[in-house]
Amino acid sequence: MQTTLEFDQVFSALADATRRDIVRRAMDAGEGVAELASHYPMSFAAVQKHVAILERAGLVTKRRIGRRKVVRTNMAGLLVARRLLDQYEELWRGRIDRMTELVTEPKESNP
Amino acid sequence: MTVTAVRKDPAARTMVVEAEFDASAERIWQLWADPRQLERWWGPPTYPATVDAHELRPGGRVAYHMTGPEGDQPHGYWDLLEVEPPHRLVAYDGFAHEDGTPNPDMPGTTFTVAIDEVGDGRTRMSIESHFPGTEAMEQMIAMGMEEGMTQAVGQIDAMLAEDAVRS
Repeated sequence: MQTTLEFDQVFSALADATRRDIVRRAMDAGEGVAELASHYPMSFAAVQKHVAILERAGLVTKRRIGRRKVVRTNMAGLLVARRLLDQYEELWRGRIDRMTELVTEPKESNP
Repeated sequence: MTVTAVRKDPAARTMVVEAEFDASAERIWQLWADPRQLERWWGPPTYPATVDAHELRPGGRVAYHMTGPEGDQPHGYWDLLEVEPPHRLVAYDGFAHEDGTPNPDMPGTTFTVAIDEVGDGRTRMSIESHFPGTEAMEQMIAMGMEEGMTQAVGQIDAMLAEDAVRS
């Protein structure tokens, strides 16, 4: 399983609604590219391109099951991306909490 | 909680945090303009910041270091791009070597601060951060993030969850 992911690639891959939908469907890991393509009003080739972008970003893998190749979501990839943004948000939330304390405290209590 | 909105745009690699304070724009500006006040909020309690130089003018530089629980002292600096008291500040926040000279090998973050009074003695501050990639994010987090590090991570990306609700 790929665990080091390029942030840029992951997020530009997730910036497209169709690709996010593919990632969501592929969590069940039951469908190949052709089956995935049947859900969207676009060509097989277009869906294949979306899957390739997701694959390069490490968000999905293609896995052979018997004679079929199914597309499966790499949950670790999603979690890494999500965690990075959450942590950055948390950093600024902490700063703003401290700012709030500073502007609301009486001036006399400054150490 | 004074944070009023958080917007993440993964494609543009930006994050906007908006907050409102019961204070004037001038008071909020002082949080940035007074190095002693800046020291009190920039770093978390486990990594307090010390401001070593503070030239808040376009082309000026703010240099700082933080002191970690193990005595480690990561250094950083801002290169000020725009300074318009008390409303606007644009800076590149980069990493520095121990002697304070910029370390170009570590990618920094550009942030834009907008401070505007919204009436009733309240002021809105928005901070838009733009970061170049994974490494910058991880470095920023390592330098500033101890609290919140343990925050639980949900099973599914927030964007996926939003799509699911919509469909």
